[in-house]
Amino acid sequence: MLLEVSNLAVDLMGTAGAQRIVSGGTFALDEGESLGVVGESGSGKTMTALALMGLTPENARVSGSIRFEGRELTGLREEAMLALRGDRIAMIFQEPMTALNPLHRVGAQVAEPLVLHRGMTREAAFDRAVQLLDHVRLADPERAARAYPFALSGGERQRAMIAMAIGCSPRLVIADEPTTALDVTVQARILALIDGLRAESGMALMLVSHDLAVVAGHCDRVIVMYAGLIMESGPVEVVLREPKNPYTRALLEARPQPGASRGRRLRTIPGSPPIHHEIGAGCPFAGRCDLTIDICRTTPPPEVRFSADRLSRCHRAREMGSLNMRTGA
Amino acid sequence: MSAGGLWRPRVSFSLWAGAILALMLLLAAAVSFVWTPYPPAAIDIPHKLASPSLAHLFGTDDLGRDVASQLLTGSRISILVGLVAVGIGLVFGIVLGLIASFSGGWIEDAVMRLSDFVFAFPALLSAIMLTSTYGPGVINAIIAIGVLYVPIIAKVTRATANGVLAREYALAARAAGRGPLSIAFDHVLPNIAPALIVQATIQFAGAILAEAALSYLGLGAQPPQASWGRMLAEAQNVLYNAPSLAIYPGAAIALSVLGLNLLGDGLRDALDPKLKARS
Repeated sequence: MLLEVSNLAVDLMGTAGAQRIVSGGTFALDEGESLGVVGESGSGKTMTALALMGLTPENARVSGSIRFEGRELTGLREEAMLALRGDRIAMIFQEPMTALNPLHRVGAQVAEPLVLHRGMTREAAFDRAVQLLDHVRLADPERAARAYPFALSGGERQRAMIAMAIGCSPRLVIADEPTTALDVTVQARILALIDGLRAESGMALMLVSHDLAVVAGHCDRVIVMYAGLIMESGPVEVVLREPKNPYTRALLEARPQPGASRGRRLRTIPGSPPIHHEIGAGCPFAGRCDLTIDICRTTPPPEVRFSADRLSRCHRAREMGSLNMRTGA
Repeated sequence: MSAGGLWRPRVSFSLWAGAILALMLLLAAAVSFVWTPYPPAAIDIPHKLASPSLAHLFGTDDLGRDVASQLLTGSRISILVGLVAVGIGLVFGIVLGLIASFSGGWIEDAVMRLSDFVFAFPALLSAIMLTSTYGPGVINAIIAIGVLYVPIIAKVTRATANGVLAREYALAARAAGRGPLSIAFDHVLPNIAPALIVQATIQFAGAILAEAALSYLGLGAQPPQASWGRMLAEAQNVLYNAPSLAIYPGAAIALSVLGLNLLGDGLRDALDPKLKARS
């Protein structure tokens, strides 16, 4: 296993005491595999990704275990983390507009990890950056390398960010909503590019997204997060076809259906995600869930294991096949 | 700024007027090194309190010293104090501000509360206290003014650096494996430079004013050093006989301070379009 995470928890220390943003995160990722992480805003997806990079905010406490290439990352010294970041693990960010420093040339920024981790001279790294920009199929890489970020479009900048991430051939790339800020056609091309790079280099990918269609099309396995908990995980086609968790099912039903009759309203999930300190003893989805029964409000949902890599965190997970949403009967 | 458009600085009236006045100040100091109409400290009692004439462009003071020569030479002290005091403020302020911003937590709190503590005392009174404790003189005046600038620059640095560190490219730089020192120099400093340049220009004006005040009180430049503040103090003795003697150095101080403040405002408009939009 390339990456094994068990019982990952992230607490944010605030003036009102600690808040648990991520809890009980357990998942694994193999070489060359791609894992989708989906969930609503504030479900802990990004915090999980940042915890893997060791980039959580000052006031965050990370506990549990993160084993990467057989090495424990939690509690690792910052210098050792610096050597890993950008070399073995790289990250692609959501906002290509702000993830590049406006005051430096694109090529110099793409060259940065090569200078840091490969000890290349700035000139050699710049030349390599031009090759990398060409590799991510940026038109006219010479010009792009010499340009400042403002001169590139959003899609071009995201390609530059990807070039920066893959420069040192990382084993794991974490992409945090890499296409959310781009329009749909550019999104498709960027995702195809990431797929291609993954196929040729055998790197593993962790794709954080709130778009189930993106995850369905580009990931082998998926974890569904809600209020910091992994609600369901498993092979992507199985999870999306036969969700064993009411939250996953509600997310799937909230998508627009192709061919649905005009004027039909989309199904929504009633209510809004709980604020972290409002989570009581029970399931965080209790109340918003059509299948809520008394035990949901009082007891945390158990992990129900359907197969080696298929988990659902729900009191009624085993009944899911036969239960109809809405009626609860 | 529209993507694809070239960055065009906004050249405002403030910028022009400020730049011209500041340049005049620099020019006066530069000229004084190579030429003054008379030695600025040359006493010439027979010609004391002379009216402006071709021989003495701004007349002479109560000891017969040429006012024009003194004004030219006095600008040196103003610039020296401004440069060094602002330099002290910048060096220590930036270092402290960056340390505060990068470390966060109690270190940040400690640096900021210490700054507040310095702010709690009126700047000029603190400078008077320092110079009267450690002895009057230009060096001590510079140190006193510079020390009081450290917390101001530290606050500006911390606030703007926190803004930059919150940007995604700072996070992206960390994700690429960069250490805090290289992020500070490569990402933070260039991005906060406009705010610091503006702040330094305005503090420069403040330093000139502070030096004049200290010298006026006899705590800054000592005779025979020519200084605008001292010229004001000496003019006070003969204020009823020769009021113009107070007007010349007063105008020199006012124009320099005005010029630098205008320059600071103009630079802010030119370098930081966001600030302009808000004010």
